[in-house]
Order: sequence, then C-alpha cells, then structure tokens
Amino acid sequence: MNRQESWGSKLFDVCNILFMLVLIMVMVYPILYVFSASISNNAMVASGAVLLWPKDITFIAYEKLIYNPDLWMSYWNTIRYAIVHTVLTLIVTSAMAYPLAKRWLPGRRIILMLAAFTLLFNGGMIPTFIIVQKLQLLNSIWAIVLPSLISTWYLFIMRTFFEGLPEELEDAAAIDGCGTIQILIRVVLPLSLPVMATIGLFTAVNQWNAFFNALIYLQERDMYPLQIMLRNILIAGANVQGEGDMTYLETLKYAMIIIATVPILCVYPFIQKYFVQGTMVGGIKG
Amino acid sequence: MASLLRISHVLKKHKALYLLMLPGILYYLIFKYAPMYGIIIAFQDYSIGRGILGSKFVGLKHFIEFFYVTPDAWKLIRNTMMLNIYDLVFHFPAPILLAILFHELKGKWFKRIVQNISYLPHFLSTVVIAGILVTFLSPTTGVVNHFLVQILGMEPIMFLGIPEWFRTVYVGSEMWQKVGWGTILYLAAISGIDPMLYEAAKMDGASRLQQMRHITFIGMIPIMIILFVLTLGHFMEASFEKILLIYNTMNYETSDVINTFVYRRGILNADFSFATAVGLFQSVIGFMLVVLANRIVRKHSETSLW
Repeated sequence: MNRQESWGSKLFDVCNILFMLVLIMVMVYPILYVFSASISNNAMVASGAVLLWPKDITFIAYEKLIYNPDLWMSYWNTIRYAIVHTVLTLIVTSAMAYPLAKRWLPGRRIILMLAAFTLLFNGGMIPTFIIVQKLQLLNSIWAIVLPSLISTWYLFIMRTFFEGLPEELEDAAAIDGCGTIQILIRVVLPLSLPVMATIGLFTAVNQWNAFFNALIYLQERDMYPLQIMLRNILIAGANVQGEGDMTYLETLKYAMIIIATVPILCVYPFIQKYFVQGTMVGGIKG
Repeated sequence: MASLLRISHVLKKHKALYLLMLPGILYYLIFKYAPMYGIIIAFQDYSIGRGILGSKFVGLKHFIEFFYVTPDAWKLIRNTMMLNIYDLVFHFPAPILLAILFHELKGKWFKRIVQNISYLPHFLSTVVIAGILVTFLSPTTGVVNHFLVQILGMEPIMFLGIPEWFRTVYVGSEMWQKVGWGTILYLAAISGIDPMLYEAAKMDGASRLQQMRHITFIGMIPIMIILFVLTLGHFMEASFEKILLIYNTMNYETSDVINTFVYRRGILNADFSFATAVGLFQSVIGFMLVVLANRIVRKHSETSLW
C-alpha cells in the first residue's frame, strides 16, 4: 500500500473525523448538561447561566432526594421487578428454547410458528389489559413480570444458540444416564453462559427502563417503580418537596434523571459488548 | 383414533421435553393468544360483569362510531401516518449512512470510542428521554431556549406547545437515541464483506466514494430489506410510549395518535369495546403492511422475512 492516497480521499478522512467529533458532542452534551444542572444552583439553571459546566456547585438537590422515602421505595421496587423478571425469563425461555432446538421433535414447527406469529400480530393494549385484570394480577409484581415474560426474539436467539452446540456432548451425558432435564442443567446451560448473560442483561435493562406496564397495571403508590416516580416528577410536575416549595424545582429534576440513570451508565461500559453480540446473533439468524 | 394413539405415544416418549416447554406455551396462550381471542369484544358492548360470552354482539357499531362519529378519527390516522412516514424517511436511512462513515474511519481506537458513545442513548429509558425533552425545551427554563435567546438573540420558542414543532421534536429525538445503536447490524453486514472486493476495486481504480457505493452499500442491502420489512411491521405503532409522555393538549393537533387515543378511551375511560375496535383497526393495517411488504420483497430479491 505504498500508493499515495489521493487528495480527495484525505479530505474525506478529515471531514469524516470532524463529523464524528460533532456526533460525539451531540450525543454527550445532553447527558453532560443534565449532570451539570443537577449539581448547580437552581436559580442559575432556571435563568440560563448554566449552559455546559456547573455553576455554584451544590449537592442540595441530591440531599433533598435522598431523604425522600418514596424514592427509595421506588428504587427497591425497580430492583425487585428487574431481578424477578430476569430470573424467571431466563428459566422459562431456556426451558422452552431447548426442546425447540431439537430438529427431530414432533410439533416443534407448529410451536415456532405460533411464537413467530405473535411478532406480526397481537391482541393489542386493551384485550391484554383485560386478561391481566381477569387473572387478578393488577397491582402486583406479576402484572409487571408475567405479561412480558418471554420475548420471542430472545427465544429465537437462544434456540439458535442451542442448535449450534455439539450434540455429541449431550449424547455422552445421556449414555452416562442423565435425563433430559439434567442434560439441560449440567451440560447445555454451562455452555450457554454468553447467551444467558446477554439475554439476562437485556431483560434487566428493559425492566429497569420500562414504565408503561407499571402505568396501566399498578395503582398504588408503594408499588411504583422508579420510572413512574421519574415520570411524575419530570412530566406530570409532581413536587417532591411538598406543596408550593419551588426552591429546587429545576435541579431536582436533573438530579432525579441522574439517580435513575446512574446504574445503567455504571454497568454500560462492561456490558455493552454483550449487547452488541446479542443484537448481531438475533439480527442475523433470528 | 390411530392418530390420537400416535400423539399420546410421541408425548410419552419425549415427556420431559414437552414438560420443559409447558410454561412457555402457557405464556403464549395466556398473554398472547387469549388477548387475540379477546379481540371479539371489539364487536360487542363488553361489560366486565357479563364477560365475553355474555356481552351483546353489536357488529361493526364501534368501527362506525370511530369513522363517522368521532370528530378526531381522521386527525388520529393522519398523525399516526405522518409521524411514521417522517420516521421512515429520516430515521431509517440515518444508521445506514452512519455505518458507512464508521467503516471508513481509520483509527481503530477512535472508531471504537465514537461507536460506543453513539450506542449510549439507546440505554436511556423512554421516561428519561421524554424528561430531557420536556425540561430542555421549556420556553422559560430550558437550555435550548437559553441558547436561542442568549447566543442567537431569538425569541424563545414553545417547542412542545406548538403543533408545527412536534414532528421535528419527535423524529429528532428518535434519531438521537437510536441512530448509533441502529448501525450495529449494518456494521455486522459490512464486516461480512469479502476484503478482496475492495482490493479488486482499488486495482480497477475505483474511488473511495465508488467503493462505498458499489461495495459497502450493496453489501448491506439484504439487512436493509429485512429491517425495512420489520419497520413496516411496527409502522402504525410509532414510539407511542414516548408520545404519551411528551404530548399535551396544546400539540394534540399533530401529536395525538391512534395508540394514545386507545389508551385514553380504553384505560382511562374504561371504554373497552370501543378502544379495542380502534386498536384492532390499527393492528390490521400494520399486519397487512408487513405481509404486503414481504410479498413485494420476496418477488424482487432473494431476501425476505419469511
């Protein structure tokens, strides 16, 4: 590759890098601003003195939130929902995906088709709501977990993964006298940690970020997850300080965004590679 | 009888495997197929007390009411279509272009940093995105208007109070959140392209731009087709959860879509049958679109969804 690059090609590279720098700024600025505003003086934020860097640094907004019992309640609810959802999803999805990976299993095609059809058509918001209501799940953790227990995409990702495992290992275990369920637990699942991690993380993050099911299925305050609390403060304009006290109104909003997002931002650098892999497996073979 | 015997024989032979699938199958029956059966209430005057079997059958009453009596029906359909068309026109090509530009970056670590930063917004929740929009765009305290007023010397704009701005705000924020993440599948497709193709093109004197167009772009076409058909499958849905969070009575004129209407009538007013009918209208259109798109695609190329 000794050939001189053309002038146009170099110009393209420079423009491309400039474009990427602009892109980085556009992506990072809102997040940076939210952080700056959350630790600035409320009056400065409201009047527009804060445009990028924090001014008159104070942690008063965080202090106000930390002493708010509703916040901790909703935090705990979100953690609870995310853990239960993730564990159940992994169990039920892998239990269903494993038989579906056996090409010789009678009835496999019909079940796959039934699952795939739900990607194209569904009953819609109201009939699903009525089912949840009839089952008397309203206002319980099960209204949050069960209606979205299996994602058909994840089911297909897992099935594709299981199909790729060498069958000899399972045969060997069967000869050693292992039953089907033992093979799944002792042989297949230990080999499937990457796909389990990916789907588990996807499920946990989705549940962390979800708000709509909680909005329609939960009525009681002490069941609210973080995102509902966030919505009430940011959008519906609920006041965490009590009636009439507007002293920290703006900074409180930004601090609340940070508190709700920090767990995701903290784990993101470590897990994003799983997400990328997961999307690719699902996209190419799903 | 013989076939029944055969089925019971098969079930017995693979008992453990079928048992494993049972919870999953129950999930699909209860939370996916039972609601499909529940669509019947769109043709009834459903009441919780009488249930699906006892409620009165009223045929197309609710559909007629929606199309002929509801003053907003046309507005809802138009808004749903327009938001999705805008999304398709601006948001669908964006990750394709960005993936090509990512691919052309030379520095390996720089490339990785830019990519990872661009994926980040995807992990923010809808409520956070909506909250950022509402606070940033506030005419009095929002940072966007601070910029407009202080640096450009303009009058503050009430972005979420003016119907004309809604589509821009909606599509712009969709792109901000999803463009980076959207490149992943395209980048995977690009990495599958045989490097020999680029070498051969260079030998033939193809310019960078020509290589991008004739090799990189062409290599992404199968995945583009699949994503396009999938996008059409969600065509009528829009990012309804985000709309629900950022719309308000001042911008209903452009922001109110079928799903938000279904939510208000069905969940808030408990008008179950009517809301189900309106929702059904939307899902049927979405279903027809994806079937149609898949048929067209299958006729003209080797790639298709099924």
